[in-house]
Amino acid sequence: MNWLHGSCRLRKMGMRIGVILIIGILAVTAFYRIPSARASSLVADLSDHLIAITTGFSGASVLLFGATEEAGDIVVIVRGPSYPVLMHRKSRVAGIWINTASMTIENVPGFYAIASSRPLEEITGEPVRRRHQMGVEYLPIAPPPAKASPNIAEQWKSGLIRNQQRSGLFPQEIGQVSFLGRRLFRTRIVLPANVPTGTYLVEVFHLQDGRVVSAQTTPLSVSKIGVEAEIFDFAQNRAALYGVIAILVALVAGWLGHVVFRKG
Amino acid sequence: MQVYLPIAELSVDALLLLGLGGIIGFLSGLFGVGGGFLMTPMLIFIGVPPVVAVATQANNIIASSVSGVFAHWRRGNVDFKMGWVLLGGGFAGSTVGVGLFSLLRSLGQIDLVINLCYVIFLGTIGALMMIEGTRAMMRRRRKAAPRKLHQHSWIHGLPLKTRFRKSRLYISALVPLGIGFGVGVLSAIMGVGGGFILVPAMIYLLGMPTAMVIGTSLFQIIFVAANVTFLQAAQNQTVDVVLAMLLLVGSVVGAQIGTRIGSRLQGDWLRLLLGILVVAVCSKLFVDLFTPPIDIYSVGVPL
Repeated sequence: MNWLHGSCRLRKMGMRIGVILIIGILAVTAFYRIPSARASSLVADLSDHLIAITTGFSGASVLLFGATEEAGDIVVIVRGPSYPVLMHRKSRVAGIWINTASMTIENVPGFYAIASSRPLEEITGEPVRRRHQMGVEYLPIAPPPAKASPNIAEQWKSGLIRNQQRSGLFPQEIGQVSFLGRRLFRTRIVLPANVPTGTYLVEVFHLQDGRVVSAQTTPLSVSKIGVEAEIFDFAQNRAALYGVIAILVALVAGWLGHVVFRKG
Repeated sequence: MQVYLPIAELSVDALLLLGLGGIIGFLSGLFGVGGGFLMTPMLIFIGVPPVVAVATQANNIIASSVSGVFAHWRRGNVDFKMGWVLLGGGFAGSTVGVGLFSLLRSLGQIDLVINLCYVIFLGTIGALMMIEGTRAMMRRRRKAAPRKLHQHSWIHGLPLKTRFRKSRLYISALVPLGIGFGVGVLSAIMGVGGGFILVPAMIYLLGMPTAMVIGTSLFQIIFVAANVTFLQAAQNQTVDVVLAMLLLVGSVVGAQIGTRIGSRLQGDWLRLLLGILVVAVCSKLFVDLFTPPIDIYSVGVPL
């Protein structure tokens, strides 16, 4: 405890070291590995494990970095929390475009982005990509066979993907994983301002000759912090009171506007 | 300056919202409409989820209406008696409307009904107002004989005759009650305060003086919007106070300016301008109904 009584700078340094240590321990304990032949051949971490959504939030960018024991390719998949999505399909009735069909699709990731060291097709074949869901086309987000024939299901699925791409939640561009030398790699994960909150999973795959030799999953938490979180919680937990306050604020604001302008 | 909206869950430019609030407030003070029929589509356009847009603009309308009502009240242009009668009908109507809304949503056709309601009601009312406004102005220019305040019809044969001194009317209380009810039903379905339906109804069906109509309409909109805000916040948690605050700063200022300018304009001009505005919004929605969508597949509200 001696350093606590030292100068301010020393104390700050001590705290910084402490924080780094805690982050390190958290990061290590947070990892869990998909069993693989060479368990220790891949290490990766994020520059940040918590994205805080505050008043000024306009998207975020997280650095993912790591090292492999041997050369190879790296594929990174970032996946947001899943939720069911209600979809509609329009068709023309008497000249007017009307929603004529709707479908609920379960387990749609709220965010899905990929980064890789080379184009995916060059890294590995279709079976591996399918197994590890490398690419939006391999996401299991088609309506169940009981509700739609395979052909129709595929149309719903591609419609859903197009919608998610338009809102930036399934970035179309594949990010670049760049190697520094033969073993160190890094990539930037960019989250747009409209990302859903929750726990994200960042999967890092190390591939050699088209086969996954090791993989690692790191959680990334996106949550509202500070005033934003308090307002949201208040709206959820004290809904009626929140409504009354909202009305009162509006009434007072309207009255204030009148008073200010009468004098002005 | 980007600001994150905690309920809508996206970040938007604060200046954009201030400007948007200002324009809507200006129209609100000028015409006595809440502005919901403009605000909701615009909020959706900038990316606010529709459920949040509908609920939050109701909160904003409270502020701009209060601001406007005070200004009109000072000029003696609010008929409180008429306002309360309309409100009575309005509350009953909106209760029925909320039930109808749930029924339509369960059928999956609420979007279509909302759009059709907008097109039919906005189109009819806007066209009528434009024609009436133009005709009235031409009549004045020709200096024809002054027309009667209002025509007598079967409406005046109804029972429960009441005197509305401020509006210089002696009519059956059933008429404003009925109008309030009808507007209540529509406003619950369309997610608006109903000003753009109420104002023409008061002018043409009740025969109230235009100046009195605007203040009275704003007065009853406060309560309808407060009711909507409370129900939305309590049941769906969709009122975003950060969004509402940014909008209402602009609205309150805009409403004051609008009221000032409105008091200098003649009633016929106001009708004509409101008519043009309503027809413009309506044509946009009308065209949208027939335009092929960007994607025939769309994502609804997350369940």
